[in-house]
Amino acid sequence: MRETFSIAIGGAAGQGVATPGDIFAKIFSRRGLHLNAYNAYQSIIRGGHTFLTIRTGPDKVTNMGDRIDLLIPLNQDTMDRHLNLLTAGAACIYNADAIKAGVPASGVQLCPLPVSKLADITRNKVAQNTLALGAALSMMGIGFQSLESVLAEQFKKKGEAVVAENVGVAHAGYDYGSANFKPFARPLPMTEHKYAVLAGNTAMAMGGAAAGVKFYCAYPMSPSTGVLHWMASHGRKAGIMVRQVEDEIGVVNMAIGAAHAGVRAMCATSGGGFALMSEGLGMSAMMETPVVVINCQRAGPSTGVPTKTEQGDLWQMLGAAFGDYPRVIAAPLDIGDCFTLIPEIFNIADRFQCPGLVLCDLLLSEGRLSVDPKELDFNPRIDRGELITSANGNGSSNGGADTIYKRYKITESGVSPRAIPGVPGHTHTAATDEHDEDGVLISDEFTNPIKRRAMMEKRMRKMEGITAAAPPPTLQGPTKADVTLIGWGSTQGVIEEACELLREQGVSANHLQIRWLVPLHGEAILDLLQNARHTIIVENNYSGQFARYLRSETSFVPDGNIRKYDGEPFMPHHIVEAVKAQLSGKTNLSVPMHEIMV
Amino acid sequence: MATIAPPKPLTMADLKGKVDPDWCPGCGDFGVLAAVQKALVELQVPPHEVVTISGIGCSSNFPGYINTYGMHTLHGRSLAVATGVKLANHALTVLVTGGDGDGFGIGGNHFVHTMRRNVDLLYIVMDNQIYGLTTGQTSPTSRLGMKTKSAPFGNVEAPINPISMALAAGATFVARGFSGEQKHLTDLIKQGIEHKGFSFLDVFSPCVTYNLDNTYQWFRPRVKKLEDDAAYDANDWMAAMGKSLLWGDEIPIGKFFERNDVPTLHASEPVVNEGPLVHRDVRVPPAAAKAFIEELM
Repeated sequence: MRETFSIAIGGAAGQGVATPGDIFAKIFSRRGLHLNAYNAYQSIIRGGHTFLTIRTGPDKVTNMGDRIDLLIPLNQDTMDRHLNLLTAGAACIYNADAIKAGVPASGVQLCPLPVSKLADITRNKVAQNTLALGAALSMMGIGFQSLESVLAEQFKKKGEAVVAENVGVAHAGYDYGSANFKPFARPLPMTEHKYAVLAGNTAMAMGGAAAGVKFYCAYPMSPSTGVLHWMASHGRKAGIMVRQVEDEIGVVNMAIGAAHAGVRAMCATSGGGFALMSEGLGMSAMMETPVVVINCQRAGPSTGVPTKTEQGDLWQMLGAAFGDYPRVIAAPLDIGDCFTLIPEIFNIADRFQCPGLVLCDLLLSEGRLSVDPKELDFNPRIDRGELITSANGNGSSNGGADTIYKRYKITESGVSPRAIPGVPGHTHTAATDEHDEDGVLISDEFTNPIKRRAMMEKRMRKMEGITAAAPPPTLQGPTKADVTLIGWGSTQGVIEEACELLREQGVSANHLQIRWLVPLHGEAILDLLQNARHTIIVENNYSGQFARYLRSETSFVPDGNIRKYDGEPFMPHHIVEAVKAQLSGKTNLSVPMHEIMV
Repeated sequence: MATIAPPKPLTMADLKGKVDPDWCPGCGDFGVLAAVQKALVELQVPPHEVVTISGIGCSSNFPGYINTYGMHTLHGRSLAVATGVKLANHALTVLVTGGDGDGFGIGGNHFVHTMRRNVDLLYIVMDNQIYGLTTGQTSPTSRLGMKTKSAPFGNVEAPINPISMALAAGATFVARGFSGEQKHLTDLIKQGIEHKGFSFLDVFSPCVTYNLDNTYQWFRPRVKKLEDDAAYDANDWMAAMGKSLLWGDEIPIGKFFERNDVPTLHASEPVVNEGPLVHRDVRVPPAAAKAFIEELM
């Protein structure tokens, strides 16, 4: 069992759930602790119910976990909804002036704060939050100094008086907690490490900057908007042109225009916006102009549940745009990977002059994770492929001012050297109509089945190179196991932890997580699974989209499935319990019930 | 990128595309193509510094018929693509060509927003008031009552007014030409290319196959050049709006409006101060990268 500690803070939107969350995150990461934060919220600006879970510990924390050690309800609703989640050893800190405690389970410590006695609540509307922060840190065995320095940074802009007042309130909470509440059984440890804490959207935006993106555009859509926000606030320093466009159709076309002019261009959206972009992806493939499009999935269909997570867009992604065309599709495995994947997929998209699609989801996009700053490498390998940027053809075997340049020259790899506008001697037209090697349309009066076939085969040959460029998946954990769990994308962390828990409970488990969806490497997957005793596919959707995809590509059918489509992510115990039920033969389809009502 | 001056002056032959147009004999688009080529020759813009971008439709085949860099994009999306091209490399001369269905129908949203952004490009619409490539359906500029394959009993929807729309949306250069007036049209194209900002040029380009209402013969006696009216002031937006509403026995052509006090989109973004993005170092400056990480710690 990993040594972790989880805090849950709940309240109405607008009550200030985020700020104590940010402060805890800063304190933990500066203490050298890993953390994972997940915020369950609704599509409402004021009111509703927001429930932030922060889990921390000395080892990598990859998901929200199964247990809440400390509950901080900021309103009665949160107390009523969630007190029953606490088990022995946990505590609940609350404003005794405003909130009535329920009846906790045995061994749960209730920690009422007499807020109006400890702070001037007429002056400080969020005094209850700050007092709770102080009390909580005292119970975790963390010195006050770390809170004081974070508060000083947090309120620096508001002046010294505000800093002093907040530090004073926090100190009152800290002292009250030390004097009146029982500390947690194990004080939070400390390590020498220092971590950056970031959301997946920030990671993808920074990954884009590191990849050399010079053009980013978007239409606001939850949960992808964080990418736009980072780009908008950092673009000028990073040398990136950032545009908000009238709709996602405009977005993808503008990005392709910029890419065609020669820069790396990226855009992000969610399922609905991605649907509008699909015709543009075909254009990228047909013109052979690379572009990277990120889809941060939310619970669909249609407007669906804009603030909830799902892995429900796989088939939309696979089926996006009409006709057959080469492309690459990848799903990042965690928030650090959100950064790392972007330069990798740009290299493939550039080399093979095709769309690169990233299938992220709300869980990663809006979740936050501690990442070793060394993983945020701003000097990744950059391979722009066969790009002609000056009249000598940049060493390309094809082109050059004295030969006739064929933009869509038929080659063994299917890749034709790409001249960007502005280069003398290489004028050509890139068309969405089928065209010949020189770019001239063959769809109008010159249609010719032989030429059409040659061009289709030229483009599709690129899939061989793409397959070689994207590594096949590997098995995590022991080679032989009682059960093999298969997942894709954002479920990496929770499945990994479920496997550890299963092993501790006497069930040997290993794990196959898919990052590259296209190319899928079906044969490599079959090789890895051929000796598996019991296979279960775990995914965050209703119909088993990946299970159907894997079957369509390999004819592989797993022994069972674990699916969840209530808008909330998997917790480790959901998977552990479902695996045990399936191994005992009770069922082969498990749909865990989410016990946190958010 | 260093501009390599052509060894000889640019001629019409240099601008000839790889294939000849497959437009119907007599199509108005021939006149627009010739006028664009003449304008580029007169301005001596090297072909490799021009990108001609179109959507889909008869007139959108245009880029294939002219020797410049070309993009033959999706139906209605030319302006979005062109905005991306211009922002990534603002040293390029960007021409956008297409039809009324492409620009005002399926592309209507991009039309309005590209104008308000003042993207520095020339947008030429070959407006024939009909869908030609799909064999004769009603377009957003088809007149009320016009009988087409999609409105066999007569069009009951009022047409849009592209000139008024452009004025209202904030276009900084608004003009109308007629394919039957070559010299006048060439001059408008030259002005549109030289204008710093969004230039909109609506061109009556008759469809000789599917629109038997709005023919050369119908237009010729009606078109009146604004340039012939010494009192007309193309800097006067209200006057331009007034003129844009004229339709019937007298239809104004020429430059309705121009203003030069609005910065172009790329000039409004400091990120391109150091030159076109396409020529910039692909890496983020190390100090900036370090600061991006530190703010997360």
